[in-house]
Amino acid sequence: MNVLSLTLLGVLFSSLLTGLIIFFLKEESHRLRTWLNLLGAGLKLVLVVALLRGIYLGKTYAWSFEFLPGLPLALGADANSMLFVTLSTVLWFWTTLYAVGYLEDSPHRSRFFGFFSLCVTATTGIALSANLVTFLIFYELLTVSTYPLVVHRGTAKALQGGRVYLTYTLLGGAILLLAVAWLYSLAGPVPFKERGAIEGLMVSHRRELQWLFLLFMAGIGVKAAIVPLHGWLPRAMVAPAPVSSLLHAVAVVKAGAFGIVRIVYDVYGAENAAELGVLPPLAIAASVTIVYGSVCALFQDELKKRLAFSTVSQVSYIVLGTAILGPLAAIGGLVHLVHQGLLKITLFFGAGNYAETLGIHRVSEMNGVGRRLPLTTAAFTVAALGMIGVPPLAGYVSKWYLSKGAVTAGDHWVTVVLAASSLLNAAYFLPILYRAWFLPPPEKWPAEHSFGRWETHWMLLAAPLVTAALVIWAGVFAESAFSPLAWVKLIAAREYGP
Amino acid sequence: MTPAWFMGGLILGPLVAAALAFTFPKRGRGMACAAAGVVGIAVTALIRAVLGGGVSSHRVSGWGAPLGIDLRADGLAVLLLALTALIAVAVTGYAAPYLRATDSPEARHRERYFWPLLLFLWTALNALFLTRDLFNLYVALELLGFAAVALVALEGKGDALRAALRYLFVSLSASLFYLLGVALVYGQCATVDLALVAGRAQPGPALTVALALMTGGLIAKAALFPLHFWLPPAHANAPAPVSALLSALVVKGAFYLLLRLWFEALPVFHTPAAARLFGMLGAAAILWGSINALTQSRLKLLIAYSTVAQLGYLFLMFSLMTGRDGGFGAWCGALLLLGARACAKTAMFLAAGNILRAAGHDRINDLAGIAQVLPVSAFALGLAGVSLVGLPPSGGFAGKWLLLSAGLREGQWWGGAVILVGSLLAAAYIMRVMTRAFTPAAPGTAVRPVPPIMEWTALALALVAVGMGLAGSWLAELLRVGGPWP
Amino acid sequence: MFAIGFYSLVVQTHLLRRIMALNVMGSGVFLAFLALALKAAAPMPDPVPHAMVLTGIVVAVCATGLALALADRVQALEAKEETPAPETPPPGATGSEPEDVG
Repeated sequence: MNVLSLTLLGVLFSSLLTGLIIFFLKEESHRLRTWLNLLGAGLKLVLVVALLRGIYLGKTYAWSFEFLPGLPLALGADANSMLFVTLSTVLWFWTTLYAVGYLEDSPHRSRFFGFFSLCVTATTGIALSANLVTFLIFYELLTVSTYPLVVHRGTAKALQGGRVYLTYTLLGGAILLLAVAWLYSLAGPVPFKERGAIEGLMVSHRRELQWLFLLFMAGIGVKAAIVPLHGWLPRAMVAPAPVSSLLHAVAVVKAGAFGIVRIVYDVYGAENAAELGVLPPLAIAASVTIVYGSVCALFQDELKKRLAFSTVSQVSYIVLGTAILGPLAAIGGLVHLVHQGLLKITLFFGAGNYAETLGIHRVSEMNGVGRRLPLTTAAFTVAALGMIGVPPLAGYVSKWYLSKGAVTAGDHWVTVVLAASSLLNAAYFLPILYRAWFLPPPEKWPAEHSFGRWETHWMLLAAPLVTAALVIWAGVFAESAFSPLAWVKLIAAREYGP
Repeated sequence: MTPAWFMGGLILGPLVAAALAFTFPKRGRGMACAAAGVVGIAVTALIRAVLGGGVSSHRVSGWGAPLGIDLRADGLAVLLLALTALIAVAVTGYAAPYLRATDSPEARHRERYFWPLLLFLWTALNALFLTRDLFNLYVALELLGFAAVALVALEGKGDALRAALRYLFVSLSASLFYLLGVALVYGQCATVDLALVAGRAQPGPALTVALALMTGGLIAKAALFPLHFWLPPAHANAPAPVSALLSALVVKGAFYLLLRLWFEALPVFHTPAAARLFGMLGAAAILWGSINALTQSRLKLLIAYSTVAQLGYLFLMFSLMTGRDGGFGAWCGALLLLGARACAKTAMFLAAGNILRAAGHDRINDLAGIAQVLPVSAFALGLAGVSLVGLPPSGGFAGKWLLLSAGLREGQWWGGAVILVGSLLAAAYIMRVMTRAFTPAAPGTAVRPVPPIMEWTALALALVAVGMGLAGSWLAELLRVGGPWP
Repeated sequence: MFAIGFYSLVVQTHLLRRIMALNVMGSGVFLAFLALALKAAAPMPDPVPHAMVLTGIVVAVCATGLALALADRVQALEAKEETPAPETPPPGATGSEPEDVG
């Protein structure tokens, strides 16, 4: 146990311990809880920065513990995991701030923040897993810890949504468990390795590997909301806004997308997977999801549901990037992991502000909100334009690399999918922006709250502004050394290599 | 002090305490605490001895087999002794306020007999785990059955008494089947010591009949499908701490004896055909128990049927015990599962007892609002459910993983499929309860307060069940001691 | 005897008869033990089965006691249910003192 592995564990425990302590706090100890939350989130941020610096300097971080005979629980930090861990840590910090403001005076906050922290622990664990079994463990932990958040409000609709959520994810989990156990019986605990860890089975167990790939995608695809496994996502939108934003736009679906990236790159290896012929079906599934999600989003009047279907569609960009062979598409897919997270969380923060401040839940009620909540709407606009792919915002960078990668790989049809999706994105986001800025506001908002000096509670305002700023930064400074793009290029270079 | 002292303490401690508790009814709880102290020290010491120096054995007063009583502690026995101690301690902590709920003559009557019976049950279990000859095992098993029946009858209501009587008939006739088998074994091998029987056994019709009789009797006691019919009424009608003991420990006693019988005394009979038969019965139990659990309208009955299902997993092990590693993976898996499920089941029954106390009923459809009134109990129920479903990092997951990978390695796909379907069904029935529990209550629902210790005991056990997965390696190391594995 | 006893246990519904059936089963098992002791064809019968049978009989007596006590209470309760007379004091102990066996 040295300092390096302690840092690794620290990243995990900073949120785990916070969560466990918060469970036992009294409902009234509001200040203490808030400080604990922010302390945990801040500590994690510091540790992640230390980790990033260490990796930049060439240190390796690893920790393992044999929890069953021959079955190590292993954590490690490679470039791929840092991408995800940094994203979730940064966003956790801001979402915590947002959630504190959002849930002011609502009941069961200790329970909420306890599970909230557990969720982030699970997400971090998924990111830092160094083998497939550890991944599975945290993946299931994520399922368990999100359920109480989805049903947090306890209404019949929330419980119904929770049930659907749990049914989907537990079925997916069982399939994933089967796949992992099967692969374990063939190849042991399967440590994640660039360019794949199953080299030895390629000839002897070809057929099994193909079946296994199908099982993996079916199991993980549930969380990544690939059509037809996406049904839970829109229904889980009954959760409170911070949950929807962090968990359903970032943590859960991203855990799924990240899982697919791991399976393709670090378990199978992109070239092995291509050799097995399993990537084209995945690319087709992803494309269908992209188009289908966008079309569905077009017909939703409820703002959060529209955003949910947009998530369904956007997350599959990552899957698509993974499924197309070649470094450029890989860059596009991976960088979208970060970009989509930033964009979507900003949108959800915005939606939460509309609901909390003005009682607006539907697109049709959004006339003129730009005048009442100018800053929120500005952030919302930036993110929506980013989603559509307007240069120089973040979404543009991802789409650019994706289409370049597709053309390089010879999959020209993918560019058609991307173009169609961008058009659809514009079709469902621009009317919202138009209503918000150019239509006159109604006489009276459905349920207006006043928060004094600012247009809304300052905590609710800070989070979307910061994430919107990150969106601009990720797009404008994409070519600088400290951008998600630069990091992703490093990963792609290692995966495809010279 | 030598391990012999500790083994003696394990049996005599609770026994003396039981006698004293019976003589001085006012001191029942104190006696249970004293016994818990003695057993706690003895178990810890014995675990250290077994981990450090291998199997310990002791001949009581110097008489050897065949006449004397031999005590032997290997990894399996020590593990179960520790599990028993853990659960008995938890039940002791829970039962004290539970029994003092009302100050009626009936309640006092109940409290008067509960403590001696609990201690007596504990004695019988400890004796069962330490004894190594078929006849003494019979005596221990019979005593266990008496204590269990009497505990079921404690409630004193018509349903409980009828269930107790039914339980007694099953238990007694099953014991007699077992005893007849013992007689035949003695006729063949002229000994009843497990190790000596293993040395002298020759496969033949007499021993086959003997084994069939013994197994039949034990299966009925362990409530393996299709001989499980007595279990749900008995477990559901008993007081909550008693249900917990029965479900977590008593049925496992008979299962333990089966393990000793099939893997230690007569391993020659563990043929693929026999293994498959057990596996199929286990699979049927998993499915049948889970489906029945799904359709129950009362929480305690649901938990009882889930016990039937969980027992199926243990028997599934018999068919997976043919692996290249000598089945060590499956063996560990089943025993980890046993331990985790025992803790989870206890936690669930205790939480159900709290709900029954607070709301006055345990109808699943009317559980709304429980999560608000009894957050700790609801949390315990949920955590125990996590272990029961086998989600990581619980002990249930570790056990399920080991069984599943043993099944896949041996190419027994159907076993793996049953395990997965079983855990999905478990998720379904747990979810049914949790969904109700988290529904906000209709305003004006009156509830009675529940002492905090009753809530926290349930939660503590649920946490043990979840945490057990992390101690998997250590438990496997313990189980290796004295087993036939390299 | 074992078979007859088991058959009656399954078929009979009256509690007392079922308890007796159990006793018949038990006697069958004990006789089997004794027969095995004689079969050993030694000048002296093997003492071990006798010891076992003695212990077994003690256990069986306890079992019968427990069963009778339970059956008694069940019948008392049933009688109470049929004739709703308020006072039928539940008869004493649950019969659970066989601690020094084995």
